[in-house]
Amino acid sequence: MSTLTIDDVVVGRILPELAHDVTATTVVLGALASRDWRPMHHDYKFATERNGTQDIFLNTPNLAAWFERYITDWTGPRGRIGRMTFRMRDSIFPDDRMVFTGTVTSTETDAVGCGWVGLDITVAVGDRLCCTCTARVALPTTENDNPWARKGDDWTP
Amino acid sequence: MTADLPDHITALIGKPQYRVTANFPVERSYGFNTLAATENGNPLYWDDDVAAELTGGMTMPVSTLSLWMRPHRWEPGAEEELVALKVHFDLKEQLGLPEAIMSDNTLILHTPVRPGDVISHHQVLRSVSGPKTTKLGSGRFWVIDIEYHNQDDDLVGVESYTGFGYRRAEEVSP
Repeated sequence: MSTLTIDDVVVGRILPELAHDVTATTVVLGALASRDWRPMHHDYKFATERNGTQDIFLNTPNLAAWFERYITDWTGPRGRIGRMTFRMRDSIFPDDRMVFTGTVTSTETDAVGCGWVGLDITVAVGDRLCCTCTARVALPTTENDNPWARKGDDWTP
Repeated sequence: MTADLPDHITALIGKPQYRVTANFPVERSYGFNTLAATENGNPLYWDDDVAAELTGGMTMPVSTLSLWMRPHRWEPGAEEELVALKVHFDLKEQLGLPEAIMSDNTLILHTPVRPGDVISHHQVLRSVSGPKTTKLGSGRFWVIDIEYHNQDDDLVGVESYTGFGYRRAEEVSP
């Protein structure tokens, strides 16, 4: 298992892009996986006629899960997400090709020795910016360091 | 905060509501649904040896934090649809705003959640905006925080949602 350490990362580094073709199944699977039964995430008529959207759309917890996948695809399993904040600017619908892009905005080692990177991530569909996300992610400071071992005062997300 | 907010809603701001303990334990198999839905192959969640090495045993995907407090849609004795984030639905009803979306979500992650954990949470209404109009319609924004603990009372995470409850534009127009 490869280990990305804080020393491997510099501000401005671009994360590998992730593209995914969204289908109705993507939306419904994500909604049910997060036990989100609200009809705008599985019922086309409700979404279009009641909510006024163009189709069913990805739900919030599933978007969080997509961000988690995007981040840990890059960090590997030793990467530990401390904090994520995302804003949904536009909905993501079936037949959209969503594209995740990310940039390292900061690196630091905190007072208790934990290595952190700051990330800016966007999700776009064509020219349409759908989501923006900032994340604070712990990375090992050495190949033997393990952020998951931190607890209590040694973990400051 | 705005002076036009009904007093009974203003009174709820900052007060913990709906202290609830899940009536089912965290299920590893249910976590696979999230991993499959996002094609997430992180070995931390699929490989017991990796989990043992890094986290001392299996943990759940961190983004599933809210999942373990999201009720099944029905259970014996339920008289209405069971929903997560009850404060959000209360506000929709009390403010007469039939539609709602979430615009922002923050997750702050502490002690990892493990299969077999039983999670508790409470919800706190932090703020309600004055009347706003967006392309969706007219309504109000609100912020709700949720704090999650495990059966040992360890803090496992804090989540914050910004919701927008609204009436669609055509319903607002005379």
